[in-house]
Amino acid sequence: MALLLAAQALAGGCEGIQSALAPAGREASRIAGLFWLMTVVALVVWIVVIALAVYYGRARPGRRSRMRDRLLIVGGGVVVPAITLTILLASSLAMLPAAVERAPAGSLLVAVTGEQWWWRVRYLPGDGREIVLANEVRLPAGEPVQFRLDSDNVIHSFWIPALAGKMDMIPGRTTHLTVRPTATGVFRGACAEYCGTSHALMAFYVEVMEKTAFERWLDGQAAPAVPMPAGPAARGRELFEATGCGACHTIRGTPAGGLIGPDLTHVGSRLSVGAGILPTSPDEFRRWIARTEHVKPGVHMPAFGMLPDADLDALAAYLAALK
Amino acid sequence: MPETTTSDKQPLAAPPPLDVRRGQEERLLRAWKTPTGWRYWSAVNNSEVGLWYTAATFVFLLFGGALALLMRLQLATPGNDLLSAELYNQAFTVHGSVMMFLFAIPVFEAIAVMFLPQMLGARDLPFPRLSAFGFWAFLIGGLFLSGSIFVGAAPRGGWFMYPPLTSTYQPGIGPDIWLLGFSFIEVAAIAAAVEMIVGTLKCRPPGMRLNLMPLYAWYILVAAAMILFAFPPLIAGSLLLEVERAFKWPFFDPAGGGDPLLWQHLFWLFGHPEVYIIFLPSVALIAMIVPTFARTPIVGYTWVVLAAVGTGFLSFGLWVHHMFTTGLPGISLGLFSAASEAIAIPTGVQIFCFIATLAAGRMTRSVPMLFTFGSLVIFVLGGLTGVMVAIVPFDFQAHDTFFVVGHFHYVLIGGALFPIFAGCYYFFPLINGKALSERLGRIGFWLAFAGFNVAFLPMHLTGLRGMPRRVFTYPDDLGLNALNMTSTVGAFILAAGVAVIFWDLVRPKGGQPYARRNPWAAGTIEWLQEMPGKPWGIRSIPEIDSRYPLWDQPNFERDVDEGRFYLPDAEEEKRETIVTSVIDATPEECLRLPGPSFIPLYAAVATGGFFVFGTFHLWWLACASLVLATAIIMYWLWTGTAIIPEKPEKHVGLGLTLPLYRSGPNSVSWWAMCITMLAVLTAFISLVFAYFFFWTIHTDFPPDPTPGPDPFWPALGGGLALAAWALVMLARRRNRADDARSTYAALASASLLAGTSGAALIAGPWLANLDPQQHVYPATVWLLLIWSTGHLALGILMNAYCVARRLAGRMTADHDIDLANVGLYWHFCTLTTVITVAVVAGFPLVA
Repeated sequence: MALLLAAQALAGGCEGIQSALAPAGREASRIAGLFWLMTVVALVVWIVVIALAVYYGRARPGRRSRMRDRLLIVGGGVVVPAITLTILLASSLAMLPAAVERAPAGSLLVAVTGEQWWWRVRYLPGDGREIVLANEVRLPAGEPVQFRLDSDNVIHSFWIPALAGKMDMIPGRTTHLTVRPTATGVFRGACAEYCGTSHALMAFYVEVMEKTAFERWLDGQAAPAVPMPAGPAARGRELFEATGCGACHTIRGTPAGGLIGPDLTHVGSRLSVGAGILPTSPDEFRRWIARTEHVKPGVHMPAFGMLPDADLDALAAYLAALK
Repeated sequence: MPETTTSDKQPLAAPPPLDVRRGQEERLLRAWKTPTGWRYWSAVNNSEVGLWYTAATFVFLLFGGALALLMRLQLATPGNDLLSAELYNQAFTVHGSVMMFLFAIPVFEAIAVMFLPQMLGARDLPFPRLSAFGFWAFLIGGLFLSGSIFVGAAPRGGWFMYPPLTSTYQPGIGPDIWLLGFSFIEVAAIAAAVEMIVGTLKCRPPGMRLNLMPLYAWYILVAAAMILFAFPPLIAGSLLLEVERAFKWPFFDPAGGGDPLLWQHLFWLFGHPEVYIIFLPSVALIAMIVPTFARTPIVGYTWVVLAAVGTGFLSFGLWVHHMFTTGLPGISLGLFSAASEAIAIPTGVQIFCFIATLAAGRMTRSVPMLFTFGSLVIFVLGGLTGVMVAIVPFDFQAHDTFFVVGHFHYVLIGGALFPIFAGCYYFFPLINGKALSERLGRIGFWLAFAGFNVAFLPMHLTGLRGMPRRVFTYPDDLGLNALNMTSTVGAFILAAGVAVIFWDLVRPKGGQPYARRNPWAAGTIEWLQEMPGKPWGIRSIPEIDSRYPLWDQPNFERDVDEGRFYLPDAEEEKRETIVTSVIDATPEECLRLPGPSFIPLYAAVATGGFFVFGTFHLWWLACASLVLATAIIMYWLWTGTAIIPEKPEKHVGLGLTLPLYRSGPNSVSWWAMCITMLAVLTAFISLVFAYFFFWTIHTDFPPDPTPGPDPFWPALGGGLALAAWALVMLARRRNRADDARSTYAALASASLLAGTSGAALIAGPWLANLDPQQHVYPATVWLLLIWSTGHLALGILMNAYCVARRLAGRMTADHDIDLANVGLYWHFCTLTTVITVAVVAGFPLVA
């Protein structure tokens, strides 16, 4: 047991931000606890079975004993597993209602739609506002949050290992996932259902914040885009409209109102570019715009590498400035 | 405690003089001679076909393994670009599909084709040409599928092929290759399952009652029966998906009322039993190996049998545990979680029976036992992680991550691959009389065992640290780098172990002396074989009264060799084996078996043409292939089956005379027809399941009022089908009464009624202008009616065949296998039609 705790400490020591073993939410904590418990039991069972097999493989045969046959087959094969499994099943089923229950009425509702290969995120705080964002989720610590999940293309699966288990996003259906973050911090989520070419590149960052900070952030996200000071960013905004980016992307407060691609109103404030795959910086924006297909194979957005360098820089500056 | 033997009670007659025996052996040899030269490939004998079959599956294993190594190279470092995303996605799709459909399942059928007859003391399985057909179909389909990755056209929807990704989002031919290619292979697998079931039930040696049957045969029986009920849902699902892809019938498209989850139900209804279809026949090898090396009969024979049967049943109630994260209600999650846990118990029973056997005996060390222990160490761990992922809350995290990849490789490599390697080392002397190398075996084992654990143990942690499955890359900063690199290194060590084992299998053994007869001193009758074996399989078919006759029955080997038992001769130089009753194995018939023929190969090529051309949507060529395949199969049936013998019965030895021709339920072909039709009926029930699945998810399914069909037409079709059925039954009776004219009249009018019935069934949706592309209701109705109509059309063809057989004198009043089997077909055909009518016309009235 001490060894196991040491192993747990060791394993926990180098966990990343996408680990189910470094939980920061109620569900994830309970599941991590369950995992360690089951691991201990499984190891004990495994050692006993292998030890019995090795022992009897080496032992000289004594008298053939019907008692021993019965004990091994009925005891080892039926009784012990039946008891262990019943206890395990009962305790896990007891966890189930809480794991699948909905968040109480009035909780923050976040609707997430899986796209190929990004996330359309809509915040519905319950005050009549609907704030459309993309590829990032921020949550208030200590409060239940209801995720409403769907897809209008292929099947995806919404998974933030540090907070809770995963839930599929299925065309034609709506699924729900309740998350109760317990600690602030930055985490990473990913699509867990194979959804086509760039399934591996469909991720997002999750930031759990203090409630007041969260509300400030949400109000900021609800506002239209910040005005651009004269310079490359302002020129980028003109290019954004002239190049037709607005056909697919919305930047609230500007003529760009496309609905096909992610909302970019505050894209410069996000922790990542391209659905959790590049850090946010003008250089990475530029890389994304110019070499989209290279960065994310199969992506539906065409690459704009044919634009002059200066234009690419201006577009990147504009997007980075959309704080 | 050996039971008293019949040979003690009634001592066998003295052997015939030596010159008579030599004559017998010459005649047997001529009857069972393996063709030479290019005609070698027309062989249908189980030892030949089984060997080709096994070799082909091993080649596919290497191919799937090579793809895995490529994947591991790609994942060795984060952000690697060795493989493109597309190629990686093709690689994991083909890896999974090849390992499942071209290795794990066929290898069990291949090994069973090779050794089952010898374990049952039969000269061959009851339908050697069917085995050959199954092998050729498998080979053609397998090459087609594997080849597709070399032209970049391979399926890339995952081995689970979830729509809508595989319907509208992948317009290329990749998914068609998967759907049609594997349907073809599944048909071959069902053919093999029919062969296994009839083989174990009807071709055992006299006296081998069910409870004396080797455990291997029990496991094969259970696994083959599972194939019958597990594969048809997938075939039905593939049909729905292919029809959606080719003709835009919206079975899985929510825009037309379809539902992607229907595919998941049908797929996992196949997919979960499939795991046990792979696992049970591999444990079967362990169940033969452990008693041999423990030098004692298996402890808990009945427990093992019950556990295997119980596993078979339970495995059909677990499929939803692959769908825990699809948002199903809590009650479903709980029930399927409990069922999934429960299957650990029969598995535990089997393992503890083996441990109890070790305890009862004194184990000798050997390479097969080394692999058996390796298998135990790995499989038990995989089983325990299986218990973990069956726990719903934990599965919410572990599902679709590398934890699951680690889990099921522990199950499959521990539960199937290591037992198969154990089986290779154990059974190899039966193949060409040469033993494998003890030294290479040990080296191969330790490399494979160590490499496997280094590769797959870290994956559990990789998954819990957030690495989903089926990703071609991963970021640098998630703490996954060292774990992935370790897995890659382990994979190459495992590959080195497999390479050593394969070298041992294929290395030239010309200079090596033949192994001793029964080299392991085993107790079961396959070890009667001489080294090297003779093409006749067994010199005379023994009377069995023990589970381990070589240990328990005195003078057994001598009696068999001297031809003191049944069928020691082939007087007419025809291939023969004994058919016995299902429970008690009392002799019933001397079955004549067909010899070498290229027809199975031609039939497989033509059938393959249908699926391959269909993949490319070359419908005319596909139809031409189908017609050609039908013609070849008709020729095959006409020339090779239900042959009227030159005499009604023959003396088979030990004073026993057996008939050479039996029809109806006494005929092995009747059993085969019955078993085949159970599989076909299961596919049909899967389609009916689809109808009711839509009913449960939609409030307006069937729509009220229905857009059609008018209940009159299906009801008329059903009534006519019943009348046709009655006439076929009448035809059977008239034929028995040797009233040829009434037989012809009844069959002809039955065909006429069946044709009209089919027309009436189709008229319903046709006259109502039901458009199957518009909504899933008309699509489902059309599909059910077309399915039934297809059955009726096949029934008409069969009636015509019977008329022709009777006219040609190949079917008579006493020799009516054809008509008896066709009558059986009509039972199923009529049942299908009646259910269709009840659903299509009746259900909307009560829904």
